[in-house]
Amino acid sequence: MQKVYNKILSVTGNVITVRASDVAYEELAEVTTQRGKSLAQVIKLENDIVSLQVFAGSQGIATNDEIRFLGNPMRVTFSNNMLGRIFNGSGVPRDRGPALTENMIEIAGPSVNPAKRIIPRNMIRTNIPMIDLFNSLVVSQKLPIFSVSGEPYNELLARIALQAEVDMIVLGGIGLKYDQYLYFKNTLEEGGALSRSVFFVHTASDPIVEGLMVPDLCLAVAERFALKGKNVLVLLTDMTNFADALKEIAITMEQVPSNRGYPGDLYSQLAARYEKAVDFDTAGSVTVLAATTMPGDDVTHPVPDNTGYITEGQFYLRNGRIEPFGSLSRLKQQVNDKTRDDHRAIMDGLIQLYAQYNETEEKRAMGFRMSEWDKKLLKYGKLFESNMMDLSVNIALEDALDLGWKILAECFTPEETRMKTDLVKKFWPKEAA
Amino acid sequence: MNKTKGSIVGINGNMISVVFDDNIIQNEVGYAITGEDRLKSEVIKIQGNIAFMQVFEITKGLKIGDKVEFTGEMLSVQLGPGILGMVYDGLQNPLNELAELHGFFLKRGVILDALDFNKKWEFTPTAKKGDTVTGGSILGHVSEGIFEHKIFVPFDYQGNFTVKSIVDKGSYKVDQVIATVENDKGDKLELMMYFDWPVKIPITNYREKMVPKEPLVTQTRIIDTFFPVARGGTYCIPGPFGAGKTVLQQVTSRFAEADIVIIAACGERAGEVVETLRKFPEITDPRTGKSLMERTIIICNTSSMPVAAREASVYTAATLGEYYRQMGLNVLLLADSTSRWAQAMRELSGRLEEIPGEEAFPAYLESRIAQFYERAGLVELNDGNMGSLTIGGTVSPAGGNFEEPVTQSTLKVVGAFHGLSRDRSNARRYPAIHPLESWSKYKSFNQPKSIDDARKILFKGNEVHQMMLVVGEEGTSVEDYIIYLKSEFLDSVYLQQNSFDSVDGATSPERQKYVFKYVHDVLMTEFSLKEKNEARNFFNKMRQLFIDWNYIDMKDEEFNKQEAVITKLIEENSSDAEGI
Repeated sequence: MQKVYNKILSVTGNVITVRASDVAYEELAEVTTQRGKSLAQVIKLENDIVSLQVFAGSQGIATNDEIRFLGNPMRVTFSNNMLGRIFNGSGVPRDRGPALTENMIEIAGPSVNPAKRIIPRNMIRTNIPMIDLFNSLVVSQKLPIFSVSGEPYNELLARIALQAEVDMIVLGGIGLKYDQYLYFKNTLEEGGALSRSVFFVHTASDPIVEGLMVPDLCLAVAERFALKGKNVLVLLTDMTNFADALKEIAITMEQVPSNRGYPGDLYSQLAARYEKAVDFDTAGSVTVLAATTMPGDDVTHPVPDNTGYITEGQFYLRNGRIEPFGSLSRLKQQVNDKTRDDHRAIMDGLIQLYAQYNETEEKRAMGFRMSEWDKKLLKYGKLFESNMMDLSVNIALEDALDLGWKILAECFTPEETRMKTDLVKKFWPKEAA
Repeated sequence: MNKTKGSIVGINGNMISVVFDDNIIQNEVGYAITGEDRLKSEVIKIQGNIAFMQVFEITKGLKIGDKVEFTGEMLSVQLGPGILGMVYDGLQNPLNELAELHGFFLKRGVILDALDFNKKWEFTPTAKKGDTVTGGSILGHVSEGIFEHKIFVPFDYQGNFTVKSIVDKGSYKVDQVIATVENDKGDKLELMMYFDWPVKIPITNYREKMVPKEPLVTQTRIIDTFFPVARGGTYCIPGPFGAGKTVLQQVTSRFAEADIVIIAACGERAGEVVETLRKFPEITDPRTGKSLMERTIIICNTSSMPVAAREASVYTAATLGEYYRQMGLNVLLLADSTSRWAQAMRELSGRLEEIPGEEAFPAYLESRIAQFYERAGLVELNDGNMGSLTIGGTVSPAGGNFEEPVTQSTLKVVGAFHGLSRDRSNARRYPAIHPLESWSKYKSFNQPKSIDDARKILFKGNEVHQMMLVVGEEGTSVEDYIIYLKSEFLDSVYLQQNSFDSVDGATSPERQKYVFKYVHDVLMTEFSLKEKNEARNFFNKMRQLFIDWNYIDMKDEEFNKQEAVITKLIEENSSDAEGI
């Protein structure tokens, strides 16, 4: 039985209230206005007063518009037919394909029992040396990319999506600029990856509330595919927009803000999404990479700050490069001892020398005289930045390791690198030694 | 007794308001019924005939008018044999058993018994027929792993009871009657090996609470020597993300010299608990020769699990800790992180529309934190034995700034402060406890005078370092430069510790005393070093020797050889030795 009401009591922000009975918490409703139909979700019940957040926004809602409760919470279709399809933040197709209504599953399901989790064990290769070599991405990891607006984080995500060794990609766009959406679509199409992707895209021009559902939609679908044995990579961009949408609703609902206007449950809300990353012992996995833009390049801003406490490390994207110092993959230790003998040594060695290069570079900028050693470091730093750090570098891990040795050999003697003797014997380039 | 019933009149996130018909109790448990599911909830506020309840599950699908059944009991845990080695959620649901029944996901509304009611325990009675007992008296014991698990008269029994009957030695299930007691009013009560206890009420069946004196050895040098923790004391570890809070807690949970360790993973990453879950059963506890899991209890309410249960989880952990303390054991409770618990309170307070305090935390934040840490303590039990519960909590301050309500409220009530610093962790100086900002009110097993000397060097060394940043190395005198080198030496050979190394990772008190004597020698000796290069080379050499020494097992003969080399180097360069 469907229940229809047509007396709206209040409209505040994107929240409307209506008097209704037998309504369930988080149930969906359909609001029909002169502009068309929109979904709305129950966010508060008080006696017979029901508060709903309207996905399409409240503009143009008339007090006598029709509200029809659907009797179910937010759901999404799940089938192989989704592959290659693009949906909006309400789960409605954005492409010209047919609507999918088979096998509807609930979103935002229960969390995984910690007792059923396993210690992460498999690396995901991306062919980006700054990731593979220095901060390896691991199956079931949740990692944000911290960057300021304007950095090429979407380009980076698209590249990882194309190159990562995964079975499937689920892309969630929250407040994504339209041209960025097209960029993702075209890049994945040209790379031949669109047919193993599902998009849930909420663009910057869509009503902000609609973006709230995107992470849950993506993760619910990803989780189901993972249970069917697929290794799924979920890309979310940009989670700061998601947090801002939460903020907007919280303020509309007159919740007491905690920090810079964000609601007190921001941590729990973000964690509920990121913690969906998982490696199922007997099935597939979900790995989450999310762009988080830092307003004002401030890592103590509530969104990156709370994110940092939740995720297993972070990549800092600065000046178009993945920063080697602030970036961290907390899970890399689980995998980088199983790749090649020299992986950890090269990882540490190159970074230590690069840190020394930075100090020298500072001294040089201040006009100090450069010693022979300083000159070697300067040469090294330049080579490292252009051949290794540049985002366009696209090589397999083993080639990156060889490249590391090559750069070292071009700049230093083996002793100066403080590499272990047995590794030098094995890997130091022959022609240069 | 007729249970009170109610029906839902409001739903807001994980809070429901319920109209009830009879009497209810603050903190009483009720079940909201939706379809097949029974959602456990707790009364947190009563106003007229409306109860505000926090629901320990997702509230999706609840409706106005849905029924609520009250239980007449406060939120409780089951206390009895079989808790050690278990992995529970915040409400004492056993997670492994849950996984067996329901697979990968935490199914809503499933509540299992915390104890295994089918297992038989070998019970040895110590009380006799005719004995006078009261709440907390010991009836007998069973052996639970390596411990003698005492069986008590339930702690809330008030007044004297006479034992009317008690079973013979033999094996019994936890819910079998093992004794009957009667008070002077003629109330006859049957006792089993387990009973329930409300988590928010501290257990106080002891003679006296004492001042914590004995150190609780963690085998982390900077803690034990400089910022010690006492048995029955409290401490906190605030730090920004990535500073190594969790690693420090994990190391402590492995090496701390406590009988029982309770790990409360409160609102943190599930992945971190998994490491403990998977690795502890395989690690042998050097003190007992048994698996480390046998002395460990894990309370695991990670960040994506329901928030209200997170609020309850620290109380659950404290109650289990107090219970084992009653057996005369030394219990260490590690809560990671108390900020997440405070945030759970904040979420709830917001839903109750209470007037917010600083950063929207409720006004009672400070008193709640104080009450929690006050559950720690060294106590003399009624049988004359001593037992202790030590509480260590991590704090995750927003933006890494310690000037925030949770850190500040915690600092007021704890006995030791281990502040983690981002600078130190960026410089890979682990553990990243800041040696100048941290403090402890407890006494170390090392000589107070020597520690004080060392601390002065650290302090002065830091001053010199700050100055050098301005005037450069050239503008610093050799004397000052040596002080700076000494402080760096202390930092790298003693304060820093490689927690991943099998030898360096854990330093016994004997070894700490032994090594610290030498470190102190180096710090206090006047060396005949004429210029900075010479001084730097000397201290580099010394540092290398000590670091190598740290990696040698004390029983290894190399240990003494290295010691001789160090002694020689000190003597040769001491200015007293000049002219010899």
